Amino acid sequence: MREALNKKVTEIKPSGIRKFFDIVSEIPDAISLGVGEPDFDTPWHIREEGIYALERSKTFYTSNAGLLELRQEITAYLSRRYDLDYDYRKETLVTIGGSEAIDAALRAMLDAGDEVLVPEPSYVSYVPCIKLADGVPVSIALKEEDRFKLTKQELLDAITPRTKILIMPFPNNPTGGIMTREDLEDIAKVVCEKDLFVISDEIYSELTYGRDHVSIASLPGMRERTIVINGFSKSYAMTGWRLGYACGPEKIIRQMTKIHQFAIMCAPTTSQCAAIEALKNGDADVERMREAYDERRRYLVTRLNEMGLHTFEPEGAFYVFPCIKQFGLTSDEFATKLLMDQKVAVVPGTAFGDCGEGFLRISYAYSLENLKRALDRIEIFVEGLKKAGK
Amino acid sequence: MRDKILRAIEKNSKITAKDLSLMLGITEEAVKAEIRAMEEENIICGYPTLINWDLTEEEKVTAIIEVKVTPQRGRGFDKIAERIYRFDEVAAVYLVSGTYDLAIIIEGKSMREIAAFVSDKLAPLEAILSTSTNFVLKKYKQNGMPLVGEAHDDERMLITP
Repeated sequence: MREALNKKVTEIKPSGIRKFFDIVSEIPDAISLGVGEPDFDTPWHIREEGIYALERSKTFYTSNAGLLELRQEITAYLSRRYDLDYDYRKETLVTIGGSEAIDAALRAMLDAGDEVLVPEPSYVSYVPCIKLADGVPVSIALKEEDRFKLTKQELLDAITPRTKILIMPFPNNPTGGIMTREDLEDIAKVVCEKDLFVISDEIYSELTYGRDHVSIASLPGMRERTIVINGFSKSYAMTGWRLGYACGPEKIIRQMTKIHQFAIMCAPTTSQCAAIEALKNGDADVERMREAYDERRRYLVTRLNEMGLHTFEPEGAFYVFPCIKQFGLTSDEFATKLLMDQKVAVVPGTAFGDCGEGFLRISYAYSLENLKRALDRIEIFVEGLKKAGK
Repeated sequence: MRDKILRAIEKNSKITAKDLSLMLGITEEAVKAEIRAMEEENIICGYPTLINWDLTEEEKVTAIIEVKVTPQRGRGFDKIAERIYRFDEVAAVYLVSGTYDLAIIIEGKSMREIAAFVSDKLAPLEAILSTSTNFVLKKYKQNGMPLVGEAHDDERMLITP
């Protein structure tokens, strides 16, 4: 029989997350701090709107780009929150989560051999999606001493004549790092000078602590070279509804809509109806959840540092990224041993890029009681390592 | 800071000052001082426990009584409200707008006990024009906490990107 499979696909490595998931599944009573989604239920008024949509027989396709009313609400939201100005008719595409928008943006923009800069550690799907779109991923290793921000120099060092796109994954999963307006201004200058495009994955934009998120697309000269990606999963606790969106210059959105039209048709109608309610009346929910995350974040950072697990204070998303280099174990070894000894599951930093070695991702999308219980166990584990080291 | 402390202990009065200090980023002493001050100012009035009596052996009956009263010259509704809320059986008294004046929540051991309270104690009060007693058949939610249905487990997959 001839080869059934496409080489690009078979050459993609299975994600480190998957591997670890399989190990954790073997340990039924493990406490997991390994999820990348909110612990909150979708606020009831939003769910209720979804139910109501079904009752009213909103069970048909919508237009490819999404319900007009939803696109209107999206652009109004981006304008009031992030000072972004998009045309809801021509510059907005509703997608199946942010993930589809990332994939469509890459496929719409890349030719074979084009290089895409990926700051790492970061979300697991950028590199595979770039490869599937015939692009060449070029990783930029972010450093803890820079608070996991992308610096101008790191960017300049990575640019070649083939570089076309820069992925901006901030607020960042897994580090919790953010980029302030000043940080972004440095980057924007280089992007404009070198004539690059930016795919800005802002899915965690509502989850920043202490200061508001700034979108790189709102900086001078950046609107025409940026695709802003966002969605409902994290801000409104709507992961299972699968709903995200992309906004950007008409020229690019039009081609992305073409890909979306043939691959997907349209995002689920029920979810779109619920999302309208989220944008119209969900601000208080976002605020309430952000406050809860913020309390847990402080709790976690303080306790981890107190027990001698050096942890940089994240300013966004719902992860902390403690450093474990002092123990002489790899991330994988540490996470596996912690799971076996104390039945706590965390994700090795290496799942988010090679430069995640020496770190762990701990999610605080859990109740405080749950976090406390897990931290007590981690503390026992770390004490044990310290004794063994002496 | 006070509102944050209040919101946290409103949900869970057992939370320790240590945990609050970690969550809010202030010292444990500062948390304790704020709570003590708010207790003295009567902002924090007590720390009762929410109990679902339906799941116990103990018989409990709750009634919501709508009461129409004649307000008293100079004292308005306060005087009559006080005469009512001083009874131990009375769990809550609210002055409300609408077709009646006071909403009273009574807790007793049996319907007979509540009926006796209404007929012997409440209705004879001079200022009271009429009462209408509504017995509670089932409690679904109280103090923001659902009392029925099973607490649902964490249904998320253990590890996700």
